[in-house]
Amino acid sequence: MNNIFIPDNPSAPSFPRRRESSEINTRRSGQDPNVDPLCGNYLINWIPACAGMTSFCSNVLSGFILFLCLMPVFAFAGEAKDIAEDPVVEKRMVALAENLRCLVCQNESLASSHAELAEDLRKEVREMIKKGMDDKQITEFLVTRYGDFVLYKPPVKSYTVLLWFGPFALFLIGGAGLFYQLRKRRLSAPEAELTPEAEQRAAALLNEDKDKQE
Amino acid sequence: MMRFIWPLVAFLVLVGFLYVGLGLNPHEVPSPLIGKPAPAFTLPQLHDPAKQFSAQDMKGKVWLLNVWSSWCVSCREEHPVLVELAQQNVVPIYGLDYKDKREDGMGWLERGGNPYVLSASDTEGRVGIDYGVYGVPETYVIDKQGVIQYKEIGPVTPQSLQTKILPLVAQLQAK
Repeated sequence: MNNIFIPDNPSAPSFPRRRESSEINTRRSGQDPNVDPLCGNYLINWIPACAGMTSFCSNVLSGFILFLCLMPVFAFAGEAKDIAEDPVVEKRMVALAENLRCLVCQNESLASSHAELAEDLRKEVREMIKKGMDDKQITEFLVTRYGDFVLYKPPVKSYTVLLWFGPFALFLIGGAGLFYQLRKRRLSAPEAELTPEAEQRAAALLNEDKDKQE
Repeated sequence: MMRFIWPLVAFLVLVGFLYVGLGLNPHEVPSPLIGKPAPAFTLPQLHDPAKQFSAQDMKGKVWLLNVWSSWCVSCREEHPVLVELAQQNVVPIYGLDYKDKREDGMGWLERGGNPYVLSASDTEGRVGIDYGVYGVPETYVIDKQGVIQYKEIGPVTPQSLQTKILPLVAQLQAK
């Protein structure tokens, strides 16, 4: 074993953990007096900037904070970074990524997923576009790493034959069954046979009806 | 009577399919890399970034490549299993510290024990992409020729070690 042990960093958190949903809730509900109930930002760091200044400044500053809170733009600041400088590259990337599955949240496309891996892969796709690779090469890159699973439209292969043609086969089988059943029923249904008297009566009834109409 | 048999059979077949489907894990995506050469990489070592680690250096040995991270929750479950495996000295385990800060990664090994011969830092996650990593932990069994023979998605458990990984390692080492 050639491990080199380096003394533990005391400031390192023992095990980083996700924020519990209950913690998020307390932050939102404004139980914490330091929290702005509108957007949940901690105000405590802002307000001391006004200490010793006029209340006008405080008002302006609070107004400015409120303005920041209300600006929806900031809510998407994380995503805005994603939109590359080059809109052409971005458009191609999105078009490609829409047909690719994110492996983390499997019901989302690579274009819409917020998973970190999806972000990394979008970055990768952008770089490949900039390198001048064509769509097929980029798709191939992802397929060699993650398998056909990343494709929303699976290729026709020996093991996808059932997937592609199964519904048509079922339709044909069902149609053939229906046709066969209907034919059998028609053949087995006896032709209504009438005795000569019954036929005469039927004709008389029909004619009577005709006479009335005339 | 016969007219009820076929719909019943069709229904039971459907139930059978659905029942099997319930037991499958949709997050286990079979890796296309199995049976293919392990992607080459050279990364700085976690404990000594001045030194490099290359997958290519491992030719001639059967080894495990375990993708881990200090922020990964399932790794906590897996870690003692790997520590125990390392003590048995059956197969060398190399770590790939995936998208982690160096200090965090080292702190983790300090606390939980270090089962790895060494770990490589994949800070950017680029090697992870080459290996088709889509969740941590993942473990690859790589043979003497550098071919990936098996991939465990999710934490290695004592059960998966006994039933899959160790028998495969023994078989590959005997070759």
